[in-house]
Amino acid sequence: MWSYVLRRLLIAVLVIFAASFLVYVLAANSGDPLEDLRGSTAPNKEALIAAATARLNLDVPPPLRYFIWLGGVLKVFIGQIDLGQSIDGFPVTTLLANSMWSTFQLVTVATVLAIIVGVAIGMVSALRQYSGFDYGVTFIAFLFFALPTFWVGQFLKLNVAVAFNDFLQDPVITPLWMILISLVLAFIWASAMGGQLKRWAINFGAAFVVALGISLYVQFTDFFQQPYLGPVWIAIIGAAAAVVLTELTTGLSNRKAFYSALTAAALTLVAWWPVQYLFAYFAEWWAVGLVFVAVIALSGVAAWLWGGDDRAVSVRAAVLTGFIGALLLFVDYVLGSWPSYLSLTNDRPIATIGSQTADQEGWSIWLQSLDSFTHLLLPTLTIMLISLASYSRYSRASLLEVMQMDYVRTARAKGLNERTVVMRHAFRNALIPLATIVAFDLGGLIGGAVITETVFSWRGMGMLFVNALRHVDLNTIMGVFLVTSIFALIFNLLADITYSVLDPRIRLN
Amino acid sequence: MVNPLSTPVPPADEIVTIEQQEVAGLSQGAIVRRRFFRHVGAMISLGVLLIIVLLVYTSVGFDLFGLHVPGWYHHNYVTPYPIELPGGAPTWVLPFDFGSFPFGQDDIGRDAFARVMRGAQQSIVVMVVYGLIAGVLGIVVGAIAGFFRGWWDAILMRLTDVIIIIPVILLGAVVGRTWGSLGAAGLAVMLGLFGWAVLARLVRGEFLGLREREFVDAARVAGASNGRIVFRHILPNTAGVLIVNISLTMAGAILLEAALSYLGFGIREPDVSLGQLLNDYQGAFQTRPWLFWWPGVFIIGIVLAINFIGDGLRDAFDPRQRRMPGKIGPYREMGLILSAPFRRGGKTVSADDPLAPGDPATHRAEKAAEEEAT
Repeated sequence: MWSYVLRRLLIAVLVIFAASFLVYVLAANSGDPLEDLRGSTAPNKEALIAAATARLNLDVPPPLRYFIWLGGVLKVFIGQIDLGQSIDGFPVTTLLANSMWSTFQLVTVATVLAIIVGVAIGMVSALRQYSGFDYGVTFIAFLFFALPTFWVGQFLKLNVAVAFNDFLQDPVITPLWMILISLVLAFIWASAMGGQLKRWAINFGAAFVVALGISLYVQFTDFFQQPYLGPVWIAIIGAAAAVVLTELTTGLSNRKAFYSALTAAALTLVAWWPVQYLFAYFAEWWAVGLVFVAVIALSGVAAWLWGGDDRAVSVRAAVLTGFIGALLLFVDYVLGSWPSYLSLTNDRPIATIGSQTADQEGWSIWLQSLDSFTHLLLPTLTIMLISLASYSRYSRASLLEVMQMDYVRTARAKGLNERTVVMRHAFRNALIPLATIVAFDLGGLIGGAVITETVFSWRGMGMLFVNALRHVDLNTIMGVFLVTSIFALIFNLLADITYSVLDPRIRLN
Repeated sequence: MVNPLSTPVPPADEIVTIEQQEVAGLSQGAIVRRRFFRHVGAMISLGVLLIIVLLVYTSVGFDLFGLHVPGWYHHNYVTPYPIELPGGAPTWVLPFDFGSFPFGQDDIGRDAFARVMRGAQQSIVVMVVYGLIAGVLGIVVGAIAGFFRGWWDAILMRLTDVIIIIPVILLGAVVGRTWGSLGAAGLAVMLGLFGWAVLARLVRGEFLGLREREFVDAARVAGASNGRIVFRHILPNTAGVLIVNISLTMAGAILLEAALSYLGFGIREPDVSLGQLLNDYQGAFQTRPWLFWWPGVFIIGIVLAINFIGDGLRDAFDPRQRRMPGKIGPYREMGLILSAPFRRGGKTVSADDPLAPGDPATHRAEKAAEEEAT
């Protein structure tokens, strides 16, 4: 396998050379880098032009200038990579280093969420093939495919954000809306659960009551102004997470695993009191990290102590529940800063521009987290909605294909229950093609967030690239291209390797 | 009485046999056509697309080789007209009173309807030209690489790698900036010259598999030339994959052009494109939302229609993906219960007996019950 990886990398390097040459020449011919200077009225215009020409080697024709640039890139082997300077005279390496983090932040959050939600939706619609739910999901997925990114972004920015911020000025949900929202949610839930009319009606009724109860609770506790989880909700959500996660990973019939997960939820609840003191005295990121590690580790140990034949399975369920619990503890504490964040933003918390508030002088890490969250919300939604559609389609197709396989029939014939058949036999194999697609997409997304970044003025690599292109800023264009293409190639390679790891029948050669 | 719900759903084989009877004696092309014409979503989309194309081309007219064909609409897309309603609001009163500016006017009085129509024309031109060029190049490159293998394959596939690794938006932006002034067709040609890579990979994969099959050997033994084998024997077998993917590529081309024009790298003033309209009017969202909605609606409408047609083609070409009528679900069950008093004979249908006579599901269940009895 190592020889395969080495050979692939070698080819990749050659491909990057060829592609970068092509891009360099194309980009160099796309305009005049000195256009701004030529139009300027500065008295020393000639001197400025001469200086820029000398600095960027503009007197060398592009195909040759490429090799000057390449020489700077190849210095990476002696540890001092030089990607040249932008037109304004900033080193490209610095520009890239500044923008890479925000792009990375945006893309990872959006992709992780899109994978989780997309796979879940796709699987449910595959299991309920040709039901109303399936047709609905299919239609919505096609609709999302057809949406231009920039239109969705603008729509969210100009419509949803403004409407939500207006709503927060006076957060009252009228009873009519409450009932409507609950009806819609109940309808979606009941359709996803499937079954004949009786089961459908029971699901619908239960979901309606729960949704209505939650919206009443939100209304009467003034949740939008002073959100608060508190020990009661942490206990309820933790227990629910324990039930759902156990059911998904092993099934509730595995009592040891179920009790382990419940123990993890209980641990979270117990940890709530000390965590309040810890976060109040040490508002630092290491304290947050400590809480995560401690809750997850203790959950794992507790599960181990429950014992039984299948300890690893119990530990897995407990650790997953512990992770959710730790997340709840963090969210609970961060929500405490919401009223002060609201007053800091004049009651208009959902930001439409940039990746954070410029002036964060004296902000606690809780306020900073909220700030990042409100800034991430809309661009993440934009990227998510569109990748969600493709993930749900792929996972649906892949699960449908796997469910027809002989080994699924064998598993059923053995008398395994449907949960085990789906989750252990079908789901795992259905994920294999998905892994390839996800890796492939990630590589492309690093450079593909261009539009989203432009719409939301997010200072990432896409923004950098578009601005560079407007000014024919060759070195910056090439810097962004180099980073994105290296990422794309690495992720493609990872995709192939993951494939062979997940499916041992496939050999790399 | 036999309870239809408690009888098992007929096994898949039986339905296959019915289907086989249905298509017996028909050629492959006839089967595909028949399946496609029965796909409701694809048929509706085809109708919608045709209506859009007709509306878009006949309304403001179009230029063909320097010759202007006038349309029936009374405004053009460049002239500023006097503002009719305050703020340039649409004069369209639902349902059929269109007024003189159905989609409203922009800040300097240009007619939004005419501009949207012109923008949609550009999208359609880009779609068709891009689809043609990328399709032909992709098929040729993929076919040569997959059929001849060896050096051809190595060189062409490395070339494909080079093009695939360049992010599409980067390529489009460089191309659009350099050749955007050529108008929609020129831009589409240039984009198409770089847009064939994914299709070429796909075609190559198909060819690699098909060239080892027996029918190719048979053709070669019978003395067929390479060209004949490629065009008469292998290519028709890849038709399904090709048509589906070209249709999806075409939908992608519309979005790509719109995105480029939105960024300012595509079609330039004084010509109009849907993406450029959205870019121009995004500042006016609060005051003139109609300028923002209509270009978006047309992009979404065209792309959605093409995607559904692509889906219908996929179903038509790939019998494994055919739609099989499923078990009766809760909505149909509810519908049957609600409509029971109004049906002929007024027979009440309960949850235990939800199948109405004449219903295909009933027919199937009865058939299964009969077979079980015999």
